[in-house]
Amino acid sequence: MKDKIRIASGQGFWGDLLEAPYYQVTKGPIDYLVMDYLAEVTMSILQKQKKKDSNLGYARDVPELMKRILPICVEKNIKIITNGGGVNPLSCAKEVKKVAESLGLKNLKIGVVLGDDILDRIVELINSGIDLKNMETGESIITIKDRILSANVYFGSQPIVEALEQGAQIVITGRTTDTGITLAPMVYEFQWSYDNYDLMAAGTVAGHILECGAQSTGGNFLGDWESIENMAEIGFPIAEAYPDGIVFITKHENTGGLVSVDTVAEQLVYEIGDPTNYITPECIADFTSIKLEQVGKDRVKVYDVKGKAPTDFYKVSVSYFDGYSAVGTLTYTWPKALTKAKAADKILRERLELLGLKFDEIRTEFLGYNACFGPLAKEIEEDFINEVVFRIAVRGKDYNAVERFGREIAPLVLTGPPSVTGFAGGRPRASEVVAYWPSLIPKELVQPEILIVEV
Amino acid sequence: MKIRLIDIAHARSGDKGDSANIGIIAYNDKWYEILKKYLTAEIVKKYFEGICLGKVERYEMPNIRALNFVLHNALGGGGTVSLKHDAQGKTLASALLRMELEIED
Repeated sequence: MKDKIRIASGQGFWGDLLEAPYYQVTKGPIDYLVMDYLAEVTMSILQKQKKKDSNLGYARDVPELMKRILPICVEKNIKIITNGGGVNPLSCAKEVKKVAESLGLKNLKIGVVLGDDILDRIVELINSGIDLKNMETGESIITIKDRILSANVYFGSQPIVEALEQGAQIVITGRTTDTGITLAPMVYEFQWSYDNYDLMAAGTVAGHILECGAQSTGGNFLGDWESIENMAEIGFPIAEAYPDGIVFITKHENTGGLVSVDTVAEQLVYEIGDPTNYITPECIADFTSIKLEQVGKDRVKVYDVKGKAPTDFYKVSVSYFDGYSAVGTLTYTWPKALTKAKAADKILRERLELLGLKFDEIRTEFLGYNACFGPLAKEIEEDFINEVVFRIAVRGKDYNAVERFGREIAPLVLTGPPSVTGFAGGRPRASEVVAYWPSLIPKELVQPEILIVEV
Repeated sequence: MKIRLIDIAHARSGDKGDSANIGIIAYNDKWYEILKKYLTAEIVKKYFEGICLGKVERYEMPNIRALNFVLHNALGGGGTVSLKHDAQGKTLASALLRMELEIED
């Protein structure tokens, strides 16, 4: 058994810094590279791509990235774990296989985790009495049954561990918990038992700290962010894990950013509910038990983490079609920039009214004034306002109404208040709204499958 | 005396469906006690009037000197549906840090 392993986060979401995984595998020693590509909205986009072309439906960044890092990972014996398989992990693995072959690599096993996609089984499940009711609202899934676009179970670390046991150097999964991809190598290397809930919680907490990439190493840090050095080459987090569950969060030496108790604590509170009940497939972790200690430069010890037994359910993420939306913007300048933007809003709303267009919601915000803080925005003497972006968005079931809204923005330039610009991007498009339906499914109803693709 | 939260704490916010959460972390034990005493769920609910349309829950994390607030029905329908510019509530942490609290000297 190894006495420690170094697990490096390479991506915090699909769209994250492309250089990050390259830095992780070249700037210092690591054993595992873990990359999280999936968010709620990502799954439905991938499902749409798969509908158009059955070979798509995964994060296309993955094979692209492999061209660059796979030879390095093979040479240094770095294992790669990613959920970038999206709704088509097998196609993703086949593409990675092609990349490996074109690079002349041999004897490589790619583990594929399948079984999380239950879209084809939804009707059968509903008919058998599994109500998949909305965790937030309690509504029955019947109300959206005919509009479902994707349905995926959040598996944890277990199928990844099995793939590693079968000799996989790369593991590509579909919907897996963000924390599971970090916990898996610990379970595998240290032969942790799934009924040791404190160890499960320790690995889960490490996963939570890694899952958003540089958000634990100085990125998006609301403390003293101005003192953080070399953000241009920000180092992504590395979890140095030990068999007893103690984890040190660090980063490669020659990178920017900062690992401190404050930067790690800020990530701990990110997107959590009740901190004493952080639920994953492996355990329920207690975030109020976590101890953090600065033990060196860019080195924070995470220890004493407590956990308890998991629930009997997996989380399911269902996405469904929920109408159309469009967003338009125009920029107004001094003098009276805000007054002009407000007048434009009034005129536009009157025109939509005259056209008899109906929407579920119309929302106006003034960027540079109150778009983010809303009613909390402080009044500014108008003469000090140089410019304001008028942003208006609509949402509704009627495609034609949303599309027509898009045609009513540009006319304001010649038929509304003066000193207006910023209409270079063309008409706002009516795009499909994909809503998200969080639910639970009994664990015994879904089984992960592991497939090995050999190179 | 009056204190501004940004002078005693840092924070991060994010989304889960139509709920936003704001974790606020005090810079020392003294400020954590102040937060615990004065920054109640009721005060936060009132502060975010017009933004948070549902209830506000507060959780204590003394191990990292933090309070976690969950703001229900605060994101205009949630990440993929919301028409808000900040549909994921990323800037709500900053909005909270702008709050002034009246505390005993």
